[in-house]
Amino acid sequence: MLNYVLARILTFVPTFIGVTLISFGFIRALPGDPIVVMAGERGLSEERYAELSAQYGFDQPIWVQFWDYLTGVLQGDLGQSFVTKRPVWDEFFALFPATLELSICAMIFAVLLGLPAGVIAAVNRGKFFDRALMSTALVGYSMPIFWWALLLIIVFSGILQWTPVSGRIDLIYFFPDPTGFMLIDSLASGQSGAFLSAVRHLLLPTIVLGTIPLAVIARQTRSAMLEVLGEDYIRTARAKGLAPGRINGIHALRNALIPVITVIGLSVGTLLAGAILTETIFSWPGIGKWMVDSIFRRDYPVVQGGLLLIAVMVMLVNLTVDMLYGVINPKIRKR
Amino acid sequence: MDEALSAEAAMVEERPGRLREFWFYFRENRGAVIGLSIFAVFAFLALFGPWIAPHDPTAQFRSATLQPPFWQDGGEWRFLLGTDPLGRDLLSRLIVGARFSFFVGVVVVAIAATGGILMGLLAGFAPKWLDAIIMRIMDIILAFPSLLLALVLVAVLGPSLLNAMIAIAIVLQPHYVRLTRASVMSERQKDYVTSARVVGAGYFRLMFVTVLPNCLAPIIVQGALSFSTAILDAAALGFLGMGAQPPTPEWGTMLAEAREFILRAWWVVTFPGLAILVTVLAINLMGDGLRDALDPKLKRS
Repeated sequence: MLNYVLARILTFVPTFIGVTLISFGFIRALPGDPIVVMAGERGLSEERYAELSAQYGFDQPIWVQFWDYLTGVLQGDLGQSFVTKRPVWDEFFALFPATLELSICAMIFAVLLGLPAGVIAAVNRGKFFDRALMSTALVGYSMPIFWWALLLIIVFSGILQWTPVSGRIDLIYFFPDPTGFMLIDSLASGQSGAFLSAVRHLLLPTIVLGTIPLAVIARQTRSAMLEVLGEDYIRTARAKGLAPGRINGIHALRNALIPVITVIGLSVGTLLAGAILTETIFSWPGIGKWMVDSIFRRDYPVVQGGLLLIAVMVMLVNLTVDMLYGVINPKIRKR
Repeated sequence: MDEALSAEAAMVEERPGRLREFWFYFRENRGAVIGLSIFAVFAFLALFGPWIAPHDPTAQFRSATLQPPFWQDGGEWRFLLGTDPLGRDLLSRLIVGARFSFFVGVVVVAIAATGGILMGLLAGFAPKWLDAIIMRIMDIILAFPSLLLALVLVAVLGPSLLNAMIAIAIVLQPHYVRLTRASVMSERQKDYVTSARVVGAGYFRLMFVTVLPNCLAPIIVQGALSFSTAILDAAALGFLGMGAQPPTPEWGTMLAEAREFILRAWWVVTFPGLAILVTVLAINLMGDGLRDALDPKLKRS
């Protein structure tokens, strides 16, 4: 077991260095001199250029620059935003709870609907429910979520006027945000209506972001269930006369869950990609919108730092999933 | 040498049979056939769109801006699906737009599959250190959420449809590398490869003539899947303003242009998205059919 963990961590190191190299190379691959870009249209005097160049280390050889960048990253120094002049690290973690809250809600939405849908489809294999659910899942899987968001806005915000179009909460509410999770903070504030307002803001983005994971989980659950339902021990359970609900719900589902959990763990990257579109459309102040805005503002240190932090996060989650999988399933360790 | 040749001859002879067998299983899947028919229409529109479209997709009818579809009050038969804020015929733009999505799918899959298969073959046959390097590079690409990496690549290259395609191809490539390598690894152990090697086949021949044809099934399925992913991602990039630029009638770009009219004119938002959804759905249906028809494990279950 220890060997498996160590081997897995060892492959993490070169990937991490590679990811750092890409985010390091990004600024240097851009057309134009980054310092000139930073100065904007005002231009720079020769001395100021040299000064800034020295400050950012651009006058050093490239491998010295990379080494400085790498050691800086390891100490949590990702540089400063051109626009706000705040450290990228601080900005990221100020906005991250918003994305995390949205992603968790989307994932809960996807699992709560996707698991039962997959189980029902598998149990009714080939019948009406199976066909209907799986067709719906395929539509969800093929959905351009930016369009789906616009449709939901037309119906729920435009015609029915049930939900607001943007933001995390109505601006009339103001309270401290110790956790950064709007649902928790609004409850803790004790202001009447604040929690409800937060929920209504969260509703549409959750559905939009959760749609593709929902479809993936439903399809994966169905195929995992079908595989398990063909096993001998299920036949034994049937022969013993166990109730179908008990067989499907407990004996089968529990074993079908392993691949499903893997899919859930590995969809973190998909969620973050979806968050880029969802947050942009709903003006949700999370890291997805932050990245898109920074790309358009040419705030390159932010793009660079955000890219690295997001990639490292995805890698850490994948590493954890791999290790948990190794704990659950001893066969994996041997490879 | 004789053995290899006769094996190859047998394979060539078997080909039509295999194709017929494939079609037999593919046809059984009704969804896949529906998907294939829609895809055929889509491909037809992509090839002949400009000759079919009732109007020039960029012609602006200034007197008829934001006209609703013909069945609504104020709609005209002239503009079946209505017009956009600049008075351009929506149906014509959608029809001509098909070629951009089709083109994106074809080019992205071609680049990603060619590069991915070559690297996968190389990784599968190369010494361990080279294999490790290739696979770590693929891990690095996969560590980034695909749309984010594509966005950043486009920011570096400059926003255009061509750059969006390059970016998406780079992002999708690792899947082909992994698939090809995994198949190569399992095929390499088999007796027919050993016998080909014993009779003196070089690496080049082993890679492309002996092993590759036997690894193609999962790659073809992946091709269908990434065709739809490419269309979705290109539309998403267009929607974010980082793909095709206006006035190109690319479906995602059309959605971005229509966004501010979302509560006033439902049709400018609904139809481009519907076009994307139907196309992607058709390709995914086809992909499911391909997988079932090509995967021997599921064949007789």
